[in-house]
Amino acid sequence: MGGAALAVELEGLESRLAALPDRVNGDAVLLRRGRYLNTTAQLDFGEASVLLRIGDGRIAELQRNPSVMPSADFAIIGEPAIWRRFLAADPPPGDHDLFAFLKRRELRVVGDLHPLMSHLLYWKGVLAHLRDAPR
Amino acid sequence: MTAAIEPIVGRYLHLDYAGRHYRIYFESAGEGMPLVCLHTAGADGRQYRGLMNSAPVTTRFRVIAFDMPWHGKSSPPVGWQDEEYRLTADAYTGLIMAVIEALGLDRPVVMGCSIGGRVVLHLALRHPRAFRALIGLESSAHVDPYYDTGWLHRADVHGGEVAAGAVSGLVAPQAPPADRWETLWHYMQSGPGVFKGDLYFYGIDGDVRGEIGRIDTAQCPLYLLTGEYDYSCTPEDTLAVARAVRGAQVTIMKQLGHFPMSENPALFLSYLEPVLADIAARG
Repeated sequence: MGGAALAVELEGLESRLAALPDRVNGDAVLLRRGRYLNTTAQLDFGEASVLLRIGDGRIAELQRNPSVMPSADFAIIGEPAIWRRFLAADPPPGDHDLFAFLKRRELRVVGDLHPLMSHLLYWKGVLAHLRDAPR
Repeated sequence: MTAAIEPIVGRYLHLDYAGRHYRIYFESAGEGMPLVCLHTAGADGRQYRGLMNSAPVTTRFRVIAFDMPWHGKSSPPVGWQDEEYRLTADAYTGLIMAVIEALGLDRPVVMGCSIGGRVVLHLALRHPRAFRALIGLESSAHVDPYYDTGWLHRADVHGGEVAAGAVSGLVAPQAPPADRWETLWHYMQSGPGVFKGDLYFYGIDGDVRGEIGRIDTAQCPLYLLTGEYDYSCTPEDTLAVARAVRGAQVTIMKQLGHFPMSENPALFLSYLEPVLADIAARG
Protein backbone atom coordinates (compact mmCIF):
# COMPACT_ATOMS: atom_id res chain seq x y z
CA MET A 1 0.00 0.00 0.00
CA GLY A 2 1.37 3.41 -0.90
CA GLY A 3 1.69 6.64 0.98
CA ALA A 4 -1.46 8.08 -0.56
CA ALA A 5 -3.60 5.49 1.17
CA LEU A 6 -1.99 6.38 4.47
CA ALA A 7 -2.83 10.03 3.97
CA VAL A 8 -6.45 9.25 3.22
CA GLU A 9 -6.95 6.97 6.19
CA LEU A 10 -4.99 8.95 8.76
CA GLU A 11 -5.20 12.59 7.90
CA GLY A 12 -2.08 14.46 8.84
CA LEU A 13 -0.01 11.39 9.56
CA GLU A 14 2.38 11.94 6.67
CA SER A 15 3.34 15.39 7.85
CA ARG A 16 3.58 14.25 11.42
CA LEU A 17 5.87 11.37 10.45
CA ALA A 18 7.99 13.76 8.43
CA ALA A 19 8.39 15.98 11.49
CA LEU A 20 9.03 13.15 13.93
CA PRO A 21 12.84 12.73 13.58
CA ASP A 22 13.55 16.40 14.17
CA ARG A 23 11.14 16.52 17.10
CA VAL A 24 12.65 13.46 18.78
CA ASN A 25 16.25 14.32 17.95
CA GLY A 26 15.71 17.84 19.24
CA ASP A 27 14.28 16.67 22.57
CA ALA A 28 17.25 16.59 24.93
CA VAL A 29 15.27 14.99 27.76
CA LEU A 30 14.05 12.19 25.52
CA LEU A 31 17.51 11.61 24.06
CA ARG A 32 18.91 11.26 27.55
CA ARG A 33 16.21 8.75 28.42
CA GLY A 34 17.05 6.71 25.34
CA ARG A 35 20.79 7.23 25.26
CA TYR A 36 21.58 3.50 25.40
CA LEU A 37 18.75 2.41 23.11
CA ASN A 38 19.62 0.87 19.77
CA THR A 39 16.79 -0.91 18.01
CA THR A 40 14.44 -0.95 15.06
CA ALA A 41 10.74 -0.57 15.71
CA GLN A 42 7.83 -0.91 13.33
CA LEU A 43 4.55 0.97 13.52
CA ASP A 44 1.78 -0.71 11.55
CA PHE A 45 -1.20 1.38 10.50
CA GLY A 46 -3.38 -1.26 8.94
CA GLU A 47 -1.54 -2.41 5.83
CA ALA A 48 0.86 0.52 5.86
CA SER A 49 3.89 0.62 8.10
CA VAL A 50 6.84 2.70 9.20
CA LEU A 51 10.26 1.55 10.35
CA LEU A 52 12.06 3.59 12.99
CA ARG A 53 15.76 2.85 13.34
CA ILE A 54 16.96 4.16 16.69
CA GLY A 55 20.65 4.77 17.42
CA ASP A 56 21.61 5.91 20.92
CA GLY A 57 18.09 7.24 21.32
CA ARG A 58 18.08 9.25 18.09
CA ILE A 59 15.89 8.44 15.13
CA ALA A 60 18.66 7.59 12.71
CA GLU A 61 16.25 6.60 9.95
CA LEU A 62 12.51 6.72 9.40
CA GLN A 63 11.43 4.54 6.50
CA ARG A 64 7.85 4.86 5.33
CA ASN A 65 6.13 1.93 3.72
CA PRO A 66 9.14 -0.39 3.61
CA SER A 67 9.00 -2.99 0.87
CA VAL A 68 8.72 -6.72 1.37
CA MET A 69 10.17 -8.38 4.46
CA PRO A 70 10.78 -5.39 6.73
CA SER A 71 12.84 -6.42 9.74
CA ALA A 72 12.22 -4.95 13.18
CA ASP A 73 12.79 -5.96 16.79
CA PHE A 74 9.21 -5.20 17.75
CA ALA A 75 6.09 -3.69 16.24
CA ILE A 76 3.09 -1.74 17.46
CA ILE A 77 0.12 -2.80 15.37
CA GLY A 78 -3.32 -1.31 14.93
CA GLU A 79 -5.96 -0.39 12.42
CA PRO A 80 -6.04 3.20 11.13
CA ALA A 81 -9.27 3.94 12.99
CA ILE A 82 -7.58 2.96 16.25
CA TRP A 83 -4.47 5.02 15.52
CA ARG A 84 -6.71 7.98 14.68
CA ARG A 85 -8.11 7.83 18.21
CA PHE A 86 -4.68 7.25 19.74
CA LEU A 87 -3.20 10.24 17.91
CA ALA A 88 -6.11 12.61 18.56
CA ALA A 89 -5.02 15.99 19.92
CA ASP A 90 -6.95 15.77 23.18
CA PRO A 91 -7.87 12.13 23.56
CA PRO A 92 -10.75 11.35 25.91
CA PRO A 93 -10.27 9.16 28.98
CA GLY A 94 -9.24 5.68 27.93
CA ASP A 95 -7.72 6.86 24.65
CA HIS A 96 -4.83 8.71 26.26
CA ASP A 97 -2.18 6.02 26.70
CA LEU A 98 -0.64 3.09 24.84
CA PHE A 99 -1.41 0.64 27.64
CA ALA A 100 -5.10 1.53 27.60
CA PHE A 101 -5.25 0.43 23.96
CA LEU A 102 -3.24 -2.70 24.74
CA LYS A 103 -5.64 -3.59 27.54
CA ARG A 104 -8.59 -3.45 25.13
CA ARG A 105 -6.56 -5.39 22.52
CA GLU A 106 -7.05 -2.50 20.07
CA LEU A 107 -3.31 -2.02 19.65
CA ARG A 108 -0.92 -4.98 19.83
CA VAL A 109 2.79 -5.16 20.49
CA VAL A 110 4.68 -8.12 19.03
CA GLY A 111 8.28 -9.23 18.74
CA ASP A 112 11.15 -8.82 21.18
CA LEU A 113 9.61 -6.37 23.64
CA HIS A 114 12.79 -5.71 25.61
CA PRO A 115 13.63 -2.47 23.72
CA LEU A 116 10.08 -1.30 24.38
CA MET A 117 9.65 -2.32 28.01
CA SER A 118 13.14 -1.28 29.10
CA HIS A 119 12.48 2.19 27.64
CA LEU A 120 8.76 2.66 28.16
CA LEU A 121 8.94 6.35 29.07
CA TYR A 122 11.12 6.95 26.01
CA TRP A 123 8.63 5.28 23.66
CA LYS A 124 5.68 7.04 25.23
CA GLY A 125 7.59 10.25 24.60
CA VAL A 126 8.17 9.34 20.95
CA LEU A 127 4.48 8.56 20.48
CA ALA A 128 3.57 11.84 22.18
CA HIS A 129 5.73 13.66 19.63
CA LEU A 130 3.90 11.83 16.85
CA ARG A 131 0.57 12.88 18.35
CA ASP A 132 1.59 16.47 18.94
CA ALA A 133 3.46 17.16 15.70
CA PRO A 134 1.88 19.64 13.28
CA ARG A 135 -0.59 17.92 10.98
CA MET B 1 15.71 31.97 52.56
CA THR B 2 12.30 30.63 53.53
CA ALA B 3 11.58 27.43 55.38
CA ALA B 4 8.60 25.56 56.74
CA ILE B 5 8.06 22.31 58.63
CA GLU B 6 5.05 20.20 57.81
CA PRO B 7 2.78 18.96 60.62
CA ILE B 8 3.36 15.32 59.61
CA VAL B 9 5.14 13.16 62.20
CA GLY B 10 6.80 9.87 61.26
CA ARG B 11 7.56 7.00 63.62
CA TYR B 12 8.40 3.29 63.51
CA LEU B 13 6.21 0.51 64.82
CA HIS B 14 7.73 -2.84 65.76
CA LEU B 15 5.17 -5.56 65.19
CA ASP B 16 5.24 -9.32 65.52
CA TYR B 17 2.66 -10.75 63.19
CA ALA B 18 2.11 -14.23 61.75
CA GLY B 19 5.44 -15.47 63.07
CA ARG B 20 7.58 -12.67 61.66
CA HIS B 21 8.92 -9.42 63.00
CA TYR B 22 8.20 -6.21 61.11
CA ARG B 23 9.54 -2.69 61.44
CA ILE B 24 6.81 -0.52 59.99
CA TYR B 25 7.06 3.16 59.22
CA PHE B 26 3.95 5.26 59.70
CA GLU B 27 3.13 8.92 59.52
CA SER B 28 0.32 10.78 61.21
CA ALA B 29 -1.12 14.27 61.27
CA GLY B 30 -4.16 15.85 62.84
CA GLU B 31 -6.57 15.10 65.64
CA GLY B 32 -9.96 13.47 65.73
CA MET B 33 -11.52 10.44 64.07
CA PRO B 34 -8.76 8.06 62.91
CA LEU B 35 -8.42 7.82 59.13
CA VAL B 36 -6.00 5.11 57.99
CA CYS B 37 -4.71 5.51 54.43
CA LEU B 38 -3.42 2.62 52.31
CA HIS B 39 -1.03 3.29 49.44
CA THR B 40 -1.06 1.75 45.96
CA ALA B 41 1.00 -1.18 44.75
CA GLY B 42 4.72 -0.48 44.49
CA ALA B 43 4.47 2.87 46.27
CA ASP B 44 4.29 4.10 49.86
CA GLY B 45 2.49 6.38 52.26
CA ARG B 46 3.98 9.57 50.83
CA GLN B 47 1.13 9.45 48.34
CA TYR B 48 -1.09 10.91 51.07
CA ARG B 49 1.05 13.91 51.99
CA GLY B 50 -1.45 16.29 50.39
CA LEU B 51 -4.19 14.93 52.61
CA MET B 52 -1.98 15.06 55.71
CA ASN B 53 -1.10 18.69 55.02
CA SER B 54 -4.72 19.73 54.53
CA ALA B 55 -5.92 21.61 57.60
CA PRO B 56 -9.63 21.15 56.77
CA VAL B 57 -8.99 17.41 56.98
CA THR B 58 -6.62 17.27 59.94
CA THR B 59 -8.77 19.45 62.16
CA ARG B 60 -11.38 16.67 62.12
CA PHE B 61 -9.37 13.52 61.41
CA ARG B 62 -6.19 11.94 62.68
CA VAL B 63 -4.75 10.85 59.36
CA ILE B 64 -2.40 7.87 59.49
CA ALA B 65 -0.51 6.37 56.57
CA PHE B 66 1.80 3.40 57.01
CA ASP B 67 4.19 1.86 54.53
CA MET B 68 3.46 -1.80 53.98
CA PRO B 69 6.41 -4.09 54.77
CA TRP B 70 8.84 -4.06 51.80
CA HIS B 71 7.61 -0.56 50.87
CA GLY B 72 8.90 2.94 51.54
CA LYS B 73 10.74 3.17 54.85
CA SER B 74 9.32 -0.10 56.23
CA SER B 75 11.78 -2.95 56.17
CA PRO B 76 11.22 -6.26 54.52
CA PRO B 77 11.23 -9.06 57.11
CA VAL B 78 14.45 -10.86 58.01
CA GLY B 79 15.30 -13.36 55.30
CA TRP B 80 13.75 -11.35 52.49
CA GLN B 81 16.74 -11.88 50.27
CA ASP B 82 15.93 -15.55 49.88
CA GLU B 83 12.26 -15.27 49.00
CA GLU B 84 9.98 -13.84 46.34
CA TYR B 85 7.59 -11.24 47.70
CA ARG B 86 3.94 -11.95 46.88
CA LEU B 87 1.08 -10.14 48.59
CA THR B 88 -1.96 -12.28 49.39
CA ALA B 89 -5.43 -11.28 50.50
CA ASP B 90 -4.98 -13.02 53.85
CA ALA B 91 -1.61 -11.40 54.57
CA TYR B 92 -2.78 -7.96 53.46
CA THR B 93 -5.99 -7.88 55.48
CA GLY B 94 -4.27 -9.48 58.46
CA LEU B 95 -1.47 -6.95 58.52
CA ILE B 96 -3.85 -3.99 58.26
CA MET B 97 -5.85 -5.28 61.21
CA ALA B 98 -2.65 -5.90 63.19
CA VAL B 99 -1.38 -2.36 62.58
CA ILE B 100 -4.73 -0.88 63.59
CA GLU B 101 -4.72 -2.90 66.79
CA ALA B 102 -1.09 -2.13 67.55
CA LEU B 103 -1.70 1.62 67.15
CA GLY B 104 -4.77 1.38 69.39
CA LEU B 105 -7.13 2.83 66.80
CA ASP B 106 -10.82 2.58 67.68
CA ARG B 107 -12.99 1.79 64.67
CA PRO B 108 -11.01 3.89 62.20
CA VAL B 109 -12.08 4.96 58.77
CA VAL B 110 -9.89 3.13 56.25
CA MET B 111 -9.24 4.60 52.83
CA GLY B 112 -7.18 2.69 50.28
CA CYS B 113 -6.25 3.22 46.65
CA SER B 114 -5.85 0.61 43.90
CA ILE B 115 -4.73 -2.51 45.80
CA GLY B 116 -5.82 -0.50 48.83
CA GLY B 117 -9.14 0.14 47.13
CA ARG B 118 -9.46 -3.58 46.54
CA VAL B 119 -8.54 -4.57 50.07
CA VAL B 120 -11.21 -2.35 51.60
CA LEU B 121 -13.71 -4.66 49.90
CA HIS B 122 -12.03 -7.58 51.66
CA LEU B 123 -12.11 -5.65 54.95
CA ALA B 124 -15.82 -4.96 54.46
CA LEU B 125 -16.43 -8.68 54.04
CA ARG B 126 -14.19 -9.91 56.84
CA HIS B 127 -14.42 -7.20 59.51
CA PRO B 128 -17.51 -5.08 58.82
CA ARG B 129 -17.92 -3.92 62.42
CA ALA B 130 -14.31 -2.85 62.83
CA PHE B 131 -14.63 0.39 60.86
CA ARG B 132 -16.71 3.54 60.93
CA ALA B 133 -16.54 3.65 57.17
CA LEU B 134 -14.48 2.38 54.27
CA ILE B 135 -13.38 4.43 51.28
CA GLY B 136 -12.21 2.70 48.13
CA LEU B 137 -10.23 4.81 45.68
CA GLU B 138 -9.85 3.22 42.24
CA SER B 139 -11.64 0.23 43.69
CA SER B 140 -12.57 -2.79 41.60
CA ALA B 141 -13.41 -6.39 42.38
CA HIS B 142 -10.86 -7.62 39.84
CA VAL B 143 -8.64 -6.35 37.04
CA ASP B 144 -8.10 -7.69 33.54
CA PRO B 145 -4.39 -8.17 32.75
CA TYR B 146 -2.94 -5.72 30.26
CA TYR B 147 0.79 -6.30 30.43
CA ASP B 148 3.14 -9.04 31.45
CA THR B 149 4.14 -8.19 35.02
CA GLY B 150 7.27 -10.30 34.54
CA TRP B 151 8.83 -7.18 33.02
CA LEU B 152 8.66 -5.51 36.42
CA HIS B 153 11.31 -7.73 37.97
CA ARG B 154 14.21 -8.88 35.85
CA ALA B 155 17.83 -7.94 36.09
CA ASP B 156 18.11 -6.68 32.51
CA VAL B 157 15.36 -4.08 32.90
CA HIS B 158 15.55 -1.26 35.46
CA GLY B 159 12.67 -1.94 37.82
CA GLY B 160 12.08 1.68 38.74
CA GLU B 161 12.11 2.87 35.16
CA VAL B 162 9.74 0.19 33.92
CA ALA B 163 7.38 0.58 36.87
CA ALA B 164 7.10 4.32 36.27
CA GLY B 165 6.62 3.72 32.56
CA ALA B 166 3.95 1.13 33.22
CA VAL B 167 1.86 3.45 35.40
CA SER B 168 2.62 6.81 33.76
CA GLY B 169 -0.50 6.71 31.62
CA LEU B 170 -2.66 6.11 34.67
CA VAL B 171 -2.03 9.70 35.73
CA ALA B 172 -4.62 12.02 34.19
CA PRO B 173 -3.27 14.43 31.54
CA GLN B 174 -4.51 17.35 33.64
CA ALA B 175 -2.31 16.48 36.65
CA PRO B 176 0.10 19.25 37.63
CA PRO B 177 3.54 18.19 36.31
CA ALA B 178 5.21 18.39 39.73
CA ASP B 179 2.60 16.06 41.25
CA ARG B 180 2.68 13.72 38.23
CA TRP B 181 6.41 13.27 38.46
CA GLU B 182 6.46 12.93 42.23
CA THR B 183 3.89 10.16 41.87
CA LEU B 184 6.14 8.44 39.32
CA TRP B 185 9.19 9.01 41.52
CA HIS B 186 7.57 6.88 44.22
CA TYR B 187 7.32 4.07 41.68
CA MET B 188 10.91 4.57 40.61
CA GLN B 189 12.01 4.08 44.22
CA SER B 190 10.26 0.78 44.88
CA GLY B 191 12.43 -2.23 45.75
CA PRO B 192 13.08 -5.03 43.27
CA GLY B 193 9.99 -7.14 42.66
CA VAL B 194 7.79 -5.31 45.15
CA PHE B 195 5.41 -3.81 42.60
CA LYS B 196 5.15 -7.17 40.87
CA GLY B 197 4.52 -8.88 44.20
CA ASP B 198 1.71 -6.47 45.02
CA LEU B 199 0.11 -7.13 41.67
CA TYR B 200 -0.25 -10.78 42.64
CA PHE B 201 -2.94 -9.57 45.02
CA TYR B 202 -4.38 -7.06 42.54
CA GLY B 203 -4.54 -9.46 39.61
CA ILE B 204 -4.95 -12.91 41.12
CA ASP B 205 -5.33 -13.54 44.83
CA GLY B 206 -7.48 -10.52 45.61
CA ASP B 207 -10.18 -11.22 43.01
CA VAL B 208 -13.34 -10.74 45.03
CA ARG B 209 -16.00 -10.70 42.32
CA GLY B 210 -17.90 -13.64 43.72
CA GLU B 211 -18.18 -12.24 47.22
CA ILE B 212 -18.89 -8.52 47.16
CA GLY B 213 -22.64 -9.06 47.03
CA ARG B 214 -22.39 -10.04 50.69
CA ILE B 215 -20.99 -6.65 51.77
CA ASP B 216 -23.39 -5.05 54.23
CA THR B 217 -23.19 -1.26 54.12
CA ALA B 218 -25.62 -1.06 57.03
CA GLN B 219 -22.78 -2.36 59.19
CA CYS B 220 -20.09 -0.34 57.49
CA PRO B 221 -20.70 2.47 54.98
CA LEU B 222 -18.73 2.09 51.74
CA TYR B 223 -17.71 5.01 49.54
CA LEU B 224 -16.13 4.51 46.12
CA LEU B 225 -14.29 7.22 44.18
CA THR B 226 -12.63 6.55 40.83
CA GLY B 227 -10.84 8.81 38.37
CA GLU B 228 -12.19 8.96 34.84
CA TYR B 229 -8.71 8.46 33.32
CA ASP B 230 -8.07 5.21 35.21
CA TYR B 231 -7.90 2.38 32.69
CA SER B 232 -6.55 -0.07 35.29
CA CYS B 233 -9.55 0.16 37.58
CA THR B 234 -11.96 1.76 35.13
CA PRO B 235 -14.99 3.79 36.15
CA GLU B 236 -17.08 0.92 34.80
CA ASP B 237 -15.23 -1.51 37.10
CA THR B 238 -16.11 0.66 40.09
CA LEU B 239 -19.69 1.11 38.95
CA ALA B 240 -19.94 -2.69 38.76
CA VAL B 241 -18.90 -2.86 42.43
CA ALA B 242 -21.49 -0.22 43.28
CA ARG B 243 -24.20 -2.20 41.48
CA ALA B 244 -23.25 -5.33 43.42
CA VAL B 245 -23.05 -3.68 46.83
CA ARG B 246 -26.34 -2.24 47.95
CA GLY B 247 -25.87 1.12 49.62
CA ALA B 248 -22.38 1.80 48.25
CA GLN B 249 -21.94 5.44 47.26
CA VAL B 250 -19.93 6.06 44.12
CA THR B 251 -18.30 9.14 42.62
CA ILE B 252 -16.54 9.24 39.25
CA MET B 253 -13.93 11.99 39.45
CA LYS B 254 -13.28 14.20 36.43
CA GLN B 255 -9.71 14.99 35.35
CA LEU B 256 -8.24 12.41 37.72
CA GLY B 257 -6.60 9.06 37.15
CA HIS B 258 -5.40 6.12 39.22
CA PHE B 259 -3.53 8.13 41.88
CA PRO B 260 -5.94 10.92 42.79
CA MET B 261 -4.44 11.74 46.19
CA SER B 262 -0.94 12.26 44.84
CA GLU B 263 -1.37 13.21 41.17
CA ASN B 264 -3.67 16.15 41.92
CA PRO B 265 -4.20 16.53 45.69
CA ALA B 266 -6.24 19.73 45.57
CA LEU B 267 -8.70 18.41 43.01
CA PHE B 268 -8.97 15.10 44.86
CA LEU B 269 -9.72 16.84 48.14
CA SER B 270 -12.64 18.62 46.50
CA TYR B 271 -14.15 15.21 45.74
CA LEU B 272 -13.23 13.69 49.09
CA GLU B 273 -14.62 16.50 51.23
CA PRO B 274 -18.32 15.57 50.89
CA VAL B 275 -17.43 11.99 51.81
CA LEU B 276 -15.49 13.05 54.89
CA ALA B 277 -18.28 15.42 55.89
CA ASP B 278 -20.79 12.58 55.60
CA ILE B 279 -18.62 10.28 57.69
CA ALA B 280 -17.99 12.98 60.31
CA ALA B 281 -21.73 13.64 60.54
CA ARG B 282 -22.36 9.95 61.18
CA GLY B 283 -19.96 10.14 64.12
